[in-house]
Amino acid sequence: MSQSYDRGAVEDFGRWTEFSAGMWAWILHKFTGWVLVGYLFTHIAVLSSAMQGGAVYTETIQTLEGLFVVRVMEVGLLAAAVFHILNGIRLLMVDLGIGLEAQDRSFYASLVITGAIVVASVPTFLSGLGGGA
Amino acid sequence: MSTQPQDAETEQPAEEAEEAEPESEHQQRRMAEKARRAEERARTREKRDRVAEDEETYHLRVFRYDPDVDGKGDPYFDDFHVPYEQGMTVLDALIYARDHYDPSLTFRHSCQQAVCGSDAMFVNGRQTLCCKTQLNELDEPVRIEPLPHQEVVKDLVVDMEHFYDQMEAVEPYFQAIDTPEVEDLEEQRQSRENREKIKMSTRCIWCAACMSSCNIAAGDNQYLGPAAINKAYRFAMDEREEDEVKEHRMNVLADEHGVWRCQTQFSCTEVCPKDIPLTEHIQELKREAVKESLKFW
Repeated sequence: MSQSYDRGAVEDFGRWTEFSAGMWAWILHKFTGWVLVGYLFTHIAVLSSAMQGGAVYTETIQTLEGLFVVRVMEVGLLAAAVFHILNGIRLLMVDLGIGLEAQDRSFYASLVITGAIVVASVPTFLSGLGGGA
Repeated sequence: MSTQPQDAETEQPAEEAEEAEPESEHQQRRMAEKARRAEERARTREKRDRVAEDEETYHLRVFRYDPDVDGKGDPYFDDFHVPYEQGMTVLDALIYARDHYDPSLTFRHSCQQAVCGSDAMFVNGRQTLCCKTQLNELDEPVRIEPLPHQEVVKDLVVDMEHFYDQMEAVEPYFQAIDTPEVEDLEEQRQSRENREKIKMSTRCIWCAACMSSCNIAAGDNQYLGPAAINKAYRFAMDEREEDEVKEHRMNVLADEHGVWRCQTQFSCTEVCPKDIPLTEHIQELKREAVKESLKFW
């Protein structure tokens, strides 16, 4: 045994097709967490336009809400927030030791509920597009 | 040895045997009752048929590495076509390949019945004990690699030193302060309930499959890892150890690189060949740690 070989990160993200429910839950939780942190900063940036007067704030909001991309991103934000909340509850249960044997099913359930809420929210988020605001 | 046919035999309930029905009807009804089992068997048979078509050989792709031989210092994959026998495990196939094709093929194995824990490997992208993994449950070619996140010494042999260090760090032995007097009680008895509580955690065979599957352990070399924490659980939850000992154990565990490092991915629980609920045990120790640190009295 003169030397050994370090194979490095064998189980990298390239193996995503083999990930189990718990792993996906972890990845999505991290991801949505960072999305929400990122949103917080843009949220503060938009709100701080009110410091230059009410008119500037109103204009900023109206411009942003008039953009299709922003509406779509809002749907994405809702998806991230809802999943993060539901998986957070799941993790809370896991931490309390409740329903550990159903941890994969509760992950799928949180995905399904997220999907349902997001789909139901689409009409609300995309209403009044095209100048009406 | 295949467990499948044996299972079918032991499954026969006594009362049904008394009814003395014709064997085929009996069989049919049981198959209907146990749809899942039947499905599994059918799947296995289907695979066996497929193997029969393939001239009864299984294709193995085995990771090879040998720093002491010129030209083998760079890892590569070797192909072996092993004749299939019913009930053949991945380990059986490896042994066949070594004995018939390449005596330099190196891997650890000993008891061949999932007790010694030496033959945990990375088979088709999953940590598993080779001696309890049936070949016909796997897709071909069967890719056999050493355990990830451990240094490869040669071929399928990994350096287990770090894993053993972590296991020993939790003091994996019984240490009660007061042992009963020899004259009045020779045994140190444990209640049945307590035994049940720690039962699963005692099953660990130190195979390191869990440690290898844990990507937190991969990123944090100081993390104790699921096996060591499970071992600590086995003793911390043992009622025969005094509170002082438990406190000492919790001091080791309630650490940034101890139980708190676990992020409940359940990877260890998925791969454990002895079906130990590792994540559950880690979570229970987290609760114990919280209780311990919230003690104001």
